[in-house]
Amino acid sequence: MKPWNPHIRVQAEPFDAAHESQILTAGRKDVGAVVTFTGLCRDEGGRLAALELEHYPGMAEAEISRIAGQAKERWPLLGLTAIHRTGRIAPGEPIVLVVTASAHRKAAFEAAEFLMDFLKTRAPFWKKEHHKDGASGEWVDARDADDDAAGRW
Amino acid sequence: MKLRYFAWVRERVGRDEEEIDLPDGVADIAGLMAWLAGRDEGYAAAFAEPDVIRAALDQTHVDHDASLAGSREVAFFPPMTGG
Repeated sequence: MKPWNPHIRVQAEPFDAAHESQILTAGRKDVGAVVTFTGLCRDEGGRLAALELEHYPGMAEAEISRIAGQAKERWPLLGLTAIHRTGRIAPGEPIVLVVTASAHRKAAFEAAEFLMDFLKTRAPFWKKEHHKDGASGEWVDARDADDDAAGRW
Repeated sequence: MKLRYFAWVRERVGRDEEEIDLPDGVADIAGLMAWLAGRDEGYAAAFAEPDVIRAALDQTHVDHDASLAGSREVAFFPPMTGG
């Protein structure tokens, strides 16, 4: 396997999942599986106007890189991209992208799930809700289910 | 030493960062949170439940018993909710 580095980005702009997936597979014939996960902003039954994503610049990129490095050690991956957006994000817009490439599907599926579980519990991002009635809402509470999901690895 | 605050910790403290001289006797994350909680009402509200607060030293997650010796930047924030 050729040496490679994960693509990690923290950005305000939207991303194109299909394009990011193509970058990982362009010009190569050893990739047999690509898993693409996109996390979107929900409107929570119509009451949410937007989410505000705050992050810790520097540590956010560093922590995602650490998580990506662990995934790379654990599964025989051929490529990995993780992108997390910041700032104000409207319902229907993408928030986070994970793309994993491997020779066989199991590694790509498992690594993508591992990356998302640890992105949610270890990467320094925080969501605040903005409601449609104009009220600046609450900070989203961390879910025990997310800790449980990360704990199973 | 530089202190940084995020999300509702930042809102309650009323600032996103500051420089402090570490007081004598404050050696770890738990000690620093206890000292900060005594500064004013905002800090007291931010650090009222220290068990909930997460900390990082020089942009790496640490436990509350981590020594502050040699670190340049300490950050305090709630449990993360990204992804």
